[in-house]
Amino acid sequence: MAAVTTPSIAVEDAAPQVVERPSFEIVPRRGLVLVAIAMLLLIIAIAVNQLWPLEFFHVAGGAAWTIIDLFLGLVLGPIMGSMSVPARVEFTTKLMPKMVLIMPTVVTLTLAAGWQLGVKLGTVESTYPNHAWIVASFIVVGVMAVLALGLLEPANIAVLFELKKPRPNPQVIERLMKRFIYCAGILGVMQIATLVIMTKIASG
Amino acid sequence: MNERRFPPFTQIGMVSLALIVTGGIYLSAHLPEHVPLGPAVALLVASTALLCVNLFLLTRVKDFAWARFFQVFKWALLAYSITAGMIGYAFLKDHLRGGPLVVLVLSLVVYAVQVPTLIAFTVARYANSEPAGLDGSPA
Repeated sequence: MAAVTTPSIAVEDAAPQVVERPSFEIVPRRGLVLVAIAMLLLIIAIAVNQLWPLEFFHVAGGAAWTIIDLFLGLVLGPIMGSMSVPARVEFTTKLMPKMVLIMPTVVTLTLAAGWQLGVKLGTVESTYPNHAWIVASFIVVGVMAVLALGLLEPANIAVLFELKKPRPNPQVIERLMKRFIYCAGILGVMQIATLVIMTKIASG
Repeated sequence: MNERRFPPFTQIGMVSLALIVTGGIYLSAHLPEHVPLGPAVALLVASTALLCVNLFLLTRVKDFAWARFFQVFKWALLAYSITAGMIGYAFLKDHLRGGPLVVLVLSLVVYAVQVPTLIAFTVARYANSEPAGLDGSPA
């Protein structure tokens, strides 16, 4: 455990609050093995081009992606906002390293398997009757990708680097966590659009 | 919080990323029919130009934490090269050939460089941030 010094706002000249910070790895190395296994299985699924494994990775990955975004943005986010600083720091150091591995893996599984599934079923071809809905899903995923890759993922990594410092800056952590949670909330709402589009496509 | 001024690296990077994604959507939406490559090439060139401008602007920042930037960049580049490789593999598997394949591969290269620069910048910009100290030193 290491100490995080937080600024004293309420009482002038009071000593800054010292928060216990658990030790952690920015990228959990043991988790990398699971990521490698998932990626290997994805490559095999694309190579064999069979319906079941492609459907499995796309549906299971998509469900995980949607649920995590919705839960993080709309449930955990507001809860974290109301937590005390020490509790938030402890929660962040336990949650964020896992998110570094989980989200890129889940997104890659969903999109790569989804594309291959679309090619196999012919749903990504421009002659497909619901092609406009498919293009709409590309656009929704595109916007989500720009937000996730440009704002959310950098904030995730940066907050972990900040927490690794001997004297982390609570204001930097606060700012980055706000960015992460707001982004996750927007992505969660956009996931509802994905659900609408995907159920429409599945219904024909 | 007293904060150093930086060029709008994240904003420009996100526009560059959006251009690449738009190009990818444009190409994917037309497959497998013949795709006019002009718009996709224009988007790719604009995205690459923004990436270069962004990095140039960053080199003008005094005392930027380049060591931390490259420490993060190299690992992020490895990770995003793997995901770009996965996407490229899927396109090759689907027998995509010729101009569209070249544009998509180049777009993936820009994507695989752009995302790590955004991550590395966000980490490096706070590399020297110190909280208001116990001794009352400024942030």
